[in-house]
Amino acid sequence: MVELVWLIPALPLVGFLVLVFFGRRLGEPVAGWLGTVTVSLSFLVAVVVYFGLRTQPDRTYEVSFFTWIPAGRFQVDFGFLLDPLSMTMVLFVTGIAALIHLYSIGYMHGDRDFPRFFTYLNLFVFSMLMLVLGDNLVLTFLGWEGVGACSYFLVSFWFTKDANASAGKKAFITNRIGDWGFMVGIFAAFFAFGTVKYTEMLPLAPGLAVGAATFIAAMLLIGAIGKSAQFPLFVWLPDAMVGPTPVSALIHAATMVTAGVYLLVRVNPVLAASADWLPQLIAWLGVLTALFAATIAIAQTDIKKVLAYSTISQLGYMFLAVGTGAYAAAIFHMITHAFFKALMFLGAGSVIHGMHDEQDMRRMGALRKVMPITAGTFLVGALAISGVPPFSGFWSKDEILSFALHDNPALYVVGLFTAGLTAFYIFRLVFMTFYGDARWGASIDAEIAAKEAHMVGADDTEVADGAEPEPSAVAVLTDTHHDDHHGGAPHESPWPMTVPLVVLAIGAAFMGFINLPFSSSLEFLTNWLEPVTGANETVFELSTAKLLAELAISTTVALLGITLAYFVYLRHKLDPKRIELPFFAHGWHIDSSIAAFAGGPGRKLFELASLFDRVVIDGAVNGVGRATRGGAARLRHVQSGYVRAYALMIAIGAVLIVAFVLTQVTF
Amino acid sequence: MEVTTSWYLALGAVLFTIGAVGLLVRRNPLVMFMCVELMLNAVNLTFVAFGAALGDLGGQVSVFFVLVVAAAEVVVGLGLVVAVARRKPGATADDITLLRG
Amino acid sequence: MVEVIVFVACAAVVLGGAVGVVVSRNPVHSALSLVATLFGIAVLFVSLEAHLLAAVQVIVYAGAIVILFLFVIMLLGVDRAEDLETEPIAGQRVLAVASGIGILGASLLAFFALAGDDLITGQPGAIQAITDEVPNVEAVGELLFTDYIAAFEITGVLLTIAVVAAVLMVRKPPASVVEDDEPPNALEEVELTRQAASDAAAQARAEAEAEAEAAAAERKAAAADDTEQADEADDEDKAEVD
Repeated sequence: MVELVWLIPALPLVGFLVLVFFGRRLGEPVAGWLGTVTVSLSFLVAVVVYFGLRTQPDRTYEVSFFTWIPAGRFQVDFGFLLDPLSMTMVLFVTGIAALIHLYSIGYMHGDRDFPRFFTYLNLFVFSMLMLVLGDNLVLTFLGWEGVGACSYFLVSFWFTKDANASAGKKAFITNRIGDWGFMVGIFAAFFAFGTVKYTEMLPLAPGLAVGAATFIAAMLLIGAIGKSAQFPLFVWLPDAMVGPTPVSALIHAATMVTAGVYLLVRVNPVLAASADWLPQLIAWLGVLTALFAATIAIAQTDIKKVLAYSTISQLGYMFLAVGTGAYAAAIFHMITHAFFKALMFLGAGSVIHGMHDEQDMRRMGALRKVMPITAGTFLVGALAISGVPPFSGFWSKDEILSFALHDNPALYVVGLFTAGLTAFYIFRLVFMTFYGDARWGASIDAEIAAKEAHMVGADDTEVADGAEPEPSAVAVLTDTHHDDHHGGAPHESPWPMTVPLVVLAIGAAFMGFINLPFSSSLEFLTNWLEPVTGANETVFELSTAKLLAELAISTTVALLGITLAYFVYLRHKLDPKRIELPFFAHGWHIDSSIAAFAGGPGRKLFELASLFDRVVIDGAVNGVGRATRGGAARLRHVQSGYVRAYALMIAIGAVLIVAFVLTQVTF
Repeated sequence: MEVTTSWYLALGAVLFTIGAVGLLVRRNPLVMFMCVELMLNAVNLTFVAFGAALGDLGGQVSVFFVLVVAAAEVVVGLGLVVAVARRKPGATADDITLLRG
Repeated sequence: MVEVIVFVACAAVVLGGAVGVVVSRNPVHSALSLVATLFGIAVLFVSLEAHLLAAVQVIVYAGAIVILFLFVIMLLGVDRAEDLETEPIAGQRVLAVASGIGILGASLLAFFALAGDDLITGQPGAIQAITDEVPNVEAVGELLFTDYIAAFEITGVLLTIAVVAAVLMVRKPPASVVEDDEPPNALEEVELTRQAASDAAAQARAEAEAEAEAAAAERKAAAADDTEQADEADDEDKAEVD
């Protein structure tokens, strides 16, 4: 059964190849169904392989297909490492990807580039599977780059609009900075271990010098920060929302952004061998990013932007878990997050589709009457993310907070406060979108259109300046592929879109039960992951009383957040302006400061670098040429044309040779 | 006092030196040729001296061939001198500088 | 004793001739000095029991090669004195003398100081020992035509090639062979100007001749007229007399 593992990435690859050559011929909807079928089959094979893996020794299965890079000492094979960690990732990646493929058939209906979308999606699934299945750092990096490329393709899917193309570039370039770190990490790992294969290198990690381990882990951390959108390499994720919503759901919520966390968990022995300050750094980085993103989310008006910052925030929780040694908890939260975040993104997509490409929440409201399925499933997701029991997010988030408290109470406090903020902004979204008064209709449209015209003019002049326009939620992003073919009122979405919503809602509701904290026999996930993380997982005793107290506090904080949102946005008891500060709305002005720096003092640095390249490097290269020419011009006078001068040179040479020989010869 | 081989060798060395210096200093092509002949003669003397010292006729046979080659060389060289001098009467070794760099 | 005197005398002749070759202004003097050197070398060959070589040296070197030199000197008229004072190439003389001293020093060092008694390092009698039973000429001849026959034949070929080369080199190329599309190089330009000058001179001479002829014809005609007139006058006078 386990030997079928090669089928799992092969199916989406075949799908990609067929679609890339024949996609346009197949057209809508055959191309979409083909893409969905390959990924669904991949998921089924994954389930079969899962049952086979349970019987393997150490729950690990390795297979090597061929030698990929035979370069002397540096040998890299193309092989898969199937262990609990990669199996878990494969299962939820293929599962959620299959659902999103199905959803996209409905969402992308009518788009003239329908086949191309599924081509890229299949390629993405293949790359992601290579990332998690690879048995060495280089193969993981292959998948890493692949998903980065697909992210670029899919974010700028409607590339005819400048803002979309720029967002794609921004995503790719920011990721590249992280990739640099990853690459240096691979080089350092090869230098330290002599190999990059996980099964060969990770057992050697405990014997590694602290400095080496810290360096490797730090470099890989940089890669993870880029891919998982932590501070300071998060700026691409909100901009990436210009892509089609299924893309946001799959790539920027459930799968690609989790690759960074996966990498860190994969190399947890190296993390354990590194200096103590590094995991601390990871933990603080994670929790502060979580807080930072949450503060921005409370002031966004675009529904997708709220979810984007929410993703950054939740990824911060996963980093917090990794930093405190709670690897299983990080994976647990990754799974639950995948479900409820994908659910909410798809729900948002459903709303956007139903509202004919409207994304501004200020123009929504009372949609639960018109789109009940969407509203109902979204509510489940919102409760999950807020950490309300018994939904999944409650269990995973609380486990992380528990480890945080054990490590450092300050981490716990910040994490808890952020949880409250999370509940607040998510229910702000829910209330503004699905409840309250309907703010859509002709009169409101006219008022907002006038305001928009003013803002669009401002955007255009900013773009002409060369600097990126303020990518905060003040500007409104729109999915521009839908034309107004439905007529005025919003409506519920077709079945390819609502069925995945329901499936994901079930997951978001019940996924929490795979790792309940009440007894070790209920912690299925932690026990399942034991071969991979067991050695370095932080373990501590938690009395039942303390556990119940923690659970109670988490629940209370969540409910507080929901209640506050209720009073502000439903009952209008408090002015939202006092909470939605412009500072938060503009993302703490980070994007504009980057633009200002790059255009201003940064430019001086760049010009200095360019000058260095021109003068020093080119000068050196050209200088060699000039020196050669100069030397030659001087040397050519030796060939004077006078035969007697040549004869003289021969004579002098002969004298020298004879003299030399005389010193060497013994008589 | 006896005339040993070294005397002949020394004489040959001096003769060779005079020929070499003459070749480098004179500009008239014919005189330069004669200096080359001087050097060849010095070598011939050395060959024969060693042949006599070793009791080997090989030295004399070598001189024979050197002589023949020197003759052929003179023929060709003088032909060249004539060819050059026909175009440029009064040409010396310093006037042929077309191959300068 | 006799040997020493012979050696010293011949050495003096040889070196004197050599110096004469190098320092003479007139190339003919150089050639004659060369003959002296060659004779001295021939005598030294005799003293070293190389009789055939001594004879060949005189016949070929002094008798043919030096004569060839003299032929060319006379033919080309390079017997004009060379300007020995100036030296166009800087440092040439100094370095030439220095390298000469270097060669000499190295050689003498090798012969006397370093080698001393172990000067001869070769194997005696490897090819054919010198014996007193067979005359030198016979011995060398035998060697040449048996062990060295290949080299002997090749030198014959070499001499043939040298002769052919010499003939080809000094031949004047026929006018049709010269390519007219190439711009003449320096040497050719000199030749062409010279030819043009000689052509002009020839033409001038022809014209002058023609003029002279015309003048002579005139004078002759005038003279003829005169004589006719004189004859007529005579005839008239004769008639008058009658």
